[in-house]
Amino acid sequence: MTAETVKRAVMATAFFAALVGVWQLMVWSRRWSPVLLPSPGSVVEYLRSAIADGSLPEATLVTLRRLLVGYAIGVAIGLPLGLLSSAFRFVEDTMGVLALGLQTLPSVCWIPLALLWFGQTENAMLFVVVMGTTWSVMIATDTGARTIPRVYARAARTMGSEGLDRWIRVVLPASLPFLISGMKQGWAFAWRSLMAAEIYVTILSGFGLGQLLHYGRELNAMEQVIAIMLVIVVIGLLADKALFAPWERFLHRRWGTGEGVR
Amino acid sequence: MALAAVAAAPTREIKGGELEVDGVSKLFRTRRGIVQALDNISLRVAPGGFVCLVGPSGCGKSTLLDIIAGLTRPDTGRVTADGIPVTGPDRQRLVMFQESALFPWLDTLGNVLFGLKLVPGLTRRQRIEIAMEHLRLVKLERFARANIHELSGGMRQRVALARALAPDPRVLLMDEPFSALDALTREQLYDDLQDIWHARRKTVLLVTHNVREAACLGDRVVLLSPNPGRVRATFDIDLPRPRDINDQAISGYATRITAVLKSYYAPEAVL
Repeated sequence: MTAETVKRAVMATAFFAALVGVWQLMVWSRRWSPVLLPSPGSVVEYLRSAIADGSLPEATLVTLRRLLVGYAIGVAIGLPLGLLSSAFRFVEDTMGVLALGLQTLPSVCWIPLALLWFGQTENAMLFVVVMGTTWSVMIATDTGARTIPRVYARAARTMGSEGLDRWIRVVLPASLPFLISGMKQGWAFAWRSLMAAEIYVTILSGFGLGQLLHYGRELNAMEQVIAIMLVIVVIGLLADKALFAPWERFLHRRWGTGEGVR
Repeated sequence: MALAAVAAAPTREIKGGELEVDGVSKLFRTRRGIVQALDNISLRVAPGGFVCLVGPSGCGKSTLLDIIAGLTRPDTGRVTADGIPVTGPDRQRLVMFQESALFPWLDTLGNVLFGLKLVPGLTRRQRIEIAMEHLRLVKLERFARANIHELSGGMRQRVALARALAPDPRVLLMDEPFSALDALTREQLYDDLQDIWHARRKTVLLVTHNVREAACLGDRVVLLSPNPGRVRATFDIDLPRPRDINDQAISGYATRITAVLKSYYAPEAVL
């Protein structure tokens, strides 16, 4: 660990400590009712008890399973569709337009339809997540494949790379920077749609984080609401590190990017 | 295939690589109308020959190279390679582009291996051996694991040369490969290219707008004029090799070629 990394870690820690400090000061000022503004301590206490009685780990597992399955399906549909629409005008004019339209539709809007079609089941949840993921992944993939410099495809053709080989060994890796950012965006959309679905829909097959958040509000347990929000943020950060950071490191090393404007 | 051994050998036999361009024409439709890029071009490159195509921008020299590579179809006329009509790209005619066109998602060795993966009958070890031989040939074996963005412009073009030579094509097509390099790097590459051409006995067709470069490298220099692209003159460069770009005799040829070239810069031809 270099002095530079230590310095960055200290700065980041100080920043978050200061945030909590300000929060605690606001609680101590007693200007707001503890029902509206719970103390950091009570949030930590809720987290401790919810972990101890198993309700929080269970809800996290339920949510993550829905998220990962829905996201995987969304990518599995969106990625090939994006490649196809970049290659065939017919797909661009049909599915491409549809995707563009549906991407602007907030995924909460799918919930009434999902409930009518699937009832209060896991499938309704999955449907909303898939709808939230697919279109943004498809559009990012399409953009990525179109941005590839023509000379790569030409060079590949002269070396005898045609058809499927060219797709796998040239088009896909060449659009990797766009694929990764598209998949990240898809992940964010999936996460948002799932939370919306879980908050609005009670599903008997399992309580997710969104449902815990919802019941926190119903019970006026603001420390529960804030604690769950924290968990949601932390999961988002961890997922980013675990799922995408390795790819981005590879990307930056190979392409020589990622230094920003420093 | 004893390719790895051959790459290291000082000289070798010429095996094929004859190019015949016969009455090739090509039109392009643009927003401003139809442009005749090439008009009835005919030329022949002997096996193992080194021909340079020179001409001002817009004379269609890169289009002609694309047609010979099989990347573009001519409207009329035909191209044959060793007597076989060209209908598409072929591993016997590999291309080096102006921008190196190296793949940034692969390292140096990975780039040289790219074309070799499509050569049938090679094991993985043989492929790596051949790729390393060619990196040695361009003096970049120490950079096998380097990322493309870490290489200088000259090094990139060397890797591109290694990549094009590795599958052992009969013909090497070069589309202004040195135009983006600084003068010193370029001169070094002229020497290297002549050495490699001498050792590997490939047929080379090089497109350039640099008359001196053409006179230094080519056995023959073919001059194209623009609007429409036509063969205007052919010069045989009768000088011993290896040649030095700064040689007086090359300046003499370059001056003569430039004089002819200038006479085709009709005012309406300058866009």
